[in-house]
Amino acid sequence: MKCLVTGGNVKVLGKAVHSLSRIGDELYLEPLEDGLSLRTVNSSRSAYACFLFAPLFFQQYQAATPGQEALRCKILMKSFLAVFRSLAMVEKTVERCCISLNGRNSRLVVQLHCRYGVRVPAGRLRPSLVLPCAPCPRAKQMPTPVSVVLRPIPDVVSVLGEAVQPFPPTLAEVTLGIGSGRRVILRSYQEEEADRTVKAMVTEMSIGEEDFQQLQAQEGVAITFCLKEFRGLLTFAESANLSLSIHFDVPGRTCHLPRPAIFAIKDSLLDGHFVLATMSESDLRSPELHRLAPPLQAHSTPHLDDFANDDIDSYMIAMETTADIEGSRAVPSVSFSPGHQPPASPGPYSEDNDTEPSIEPGTPPPKKFRSLFFGSILAPAHSPPGPSPVLAEDSEGEG
Amino acid sequence: MPHWAPVNLPAAFLLHSITPGVSNMIAKLAKTCTLRISPDKLNFILSDKVANGGVSMWCELEQENFFSEFQMEGVSAENNEIYLELTSENLSRALKTAQNARALKIKLTNKHFPCLTVSIELLSVSNSSRVVTHDIPIRVIPRKLWKDLQEPTVPDADVSIYLPVLKTMKSIVEKMKNISNHLIIEANLNGELNLKIETELVCVTTHFKDLGNPPSASEDASQARNPEQMAEVRIDIRRLLQFLAGQQVNPTKAVCNIMSNKIVHFDLLHEDVSLQYFIPAFS
Repeated sequence: MKCLVTGGNVKVLGKAVHSLSRIGDELYLEPLEDGLSLRTVNSSRSAYACFLFAPLFFQQYQAATPGQEALRCKILMKSFLAVFRSLAMVEKTVERCCISLNGRNSRLVVQLHCRYGVRVPAGRLRPSLVLPCAPCPRAKQMPTPVSVVLRPIPDVVSVLGEAVQPFPPTLAEVTLGIGSGRRVILRSYQEEEADRTVKAMVTEMSIGEEDFQQLQAQEGVAITFCLKEFRGLLTFAESANLSLSIHFDVPGRTCHLPRPAIFAIKDSLLDGHFVLATMSESDLRSPELHRLAPPLQAHSTPHLDDFANDDIDSYMIAMETTADIEGSRAVPSVSFSPGHQPPASPGPYSEDNDTEPSIEPGTPPPKKFRSLFFGSILAPAHSPPGPSPVLAEDSEGEG
Repeated sequence: MPHWAPVNLPAAFLLHSITPGVSNMIAKLAKTCTLRISPDKLNFILSDKVANGGVSMWCELEQENFFSEFQMEGVSAENNEIYLELTSENLSRALKTAQNARALKIKLTNKHFPCLTVSIELLSVSNSSRVVTHDIPIRVIPRKLWKDLQEPTVPDADVSIYLPVLKTMKSIVEKMKNISNHLIIEANLNGELNLKIETELVCVTTHFKDLGNPPSASEDASQARNPEQMAEVRIDIRRLLQFLAGQQVNPTKAVCNIMSNKIVHFDLLHEDVSLQYFIPAFS
């Protein structure tokens, strides 16, 4: 594999890597026909992110040396990130970035060609595994949840970025949902702990539906997910002025399992998908939390070194499997009509806040995210066809 | 909530000009502080508890300089005040969002727990309304504790002097902190101020000259005192540093009052906000 990134795209690539680094510690690089895919999954298997850079993103793109198989590899995120550590430096001095994967000596080589003829061999990374591209179902064939779709206007993406600014650095999760008056709400999530003496500040951002190019949702639906990962993707979407769309489902009548939320950013040259697990309950209206889901199932922890068991594609297959099981749920959907006008009242603050009756705190929710969709329900019939030949033994990291 | 009942709470005000600067400063000076709301003023108060190292703070804003609308109702007609305790950082974080605000509203509410709800309507290009709401948890302070939260009386100072540029003072004190835990601040009526640290091995003094002294309240006292004579207080250097760290902008007016061996009193004016900070002598 050999590809050449030039000009402003080097910084875009760098930003994407920064975004991915917020999620996982290992990066899977795979040159496909429709572009270079960079993927990662977090250690608890509750978040997955993927960027696909189209061939046109590159000045030159060669997925495989002619006559040879295309190779994909897995490397330490830290090593690859080191190349793009200082985005300011990258923007100012780097003119071209050349990435090549050499199967013979199992090296991923990144070269930065800087201004004034300076050439920096930014990294001779030793991937922990280099494999031929196995014929697996494509990651992008994952089922898209459809009951709630939010597509904020570009201006709002940066507003969302600002909205998460005041959230305390220690805050782990946020809740996103549709409140009364069809306003989209993003709120800091507080765990209910009865013995908490010092309460934390609750911050909520409310955005009207006129700020969304598409808003297909029912009032009252909400999901809760990890803030750190969300921040990573917002930063990227903001900076690259890309369109963002958010898709999620809500637990249905027949199956209460929470579904992951998909955040997709897109333009003509690249495609990014962040899939984040959601907590098993979310309710915007009251702090009472319903324990809907059965106790968390123990999931297998695959050996991180063994690519065959740790195949990211098999995780995506697992997602498709889940979808089939729950396929027959009733899915609520209300389409957004462009002619809708917001009410003429002076402000969206609801004046009856101070007269809201006190609500008894409900049982605390299970703290962990469901990570069902990664690994644990992988049916034998869907596992990848035998271990692929390993071309390079895993190493301890960069040489 | 047992403490909630007697206080009648809607106090709603709209900020006309938003100054997150005040709340940032308070957040640097005190982790937890008391907010006192009265019909014409807002005060941020830190009372001199052992936990603070005896330091106390009194910050005052005239409400008419900040709010286009201000309504409040205190405990009773005679005690038309509200005293709340909150975590300062929450307020400064909440007001940070207000920098791009079209309108800001602060209200006392009781959503699940008593809070100061800050509602900010953000500026936006279109007609769309984007609102950020912060619910800052508060504790209402019962009337019987109000006496500990009154404006400190300032005894007559031995020396009053105008302070040098605070940023300069801060960088000096920061370096001195590495050498000693205590610092002597001394000044005289000749416009001279010294910051001194003494250890077994070394003494370091920084001299500021020509600072000027504010006109004295009582003529007799100032004439009786030898202008060269220094009044000094030995204080905990970290308290001084904490005070200086809170001053991001150089104030309009900055006076230092020294009561020999007792207390040093900083009296600052930042445009419409007055701040008094007291550091007692280290005993």
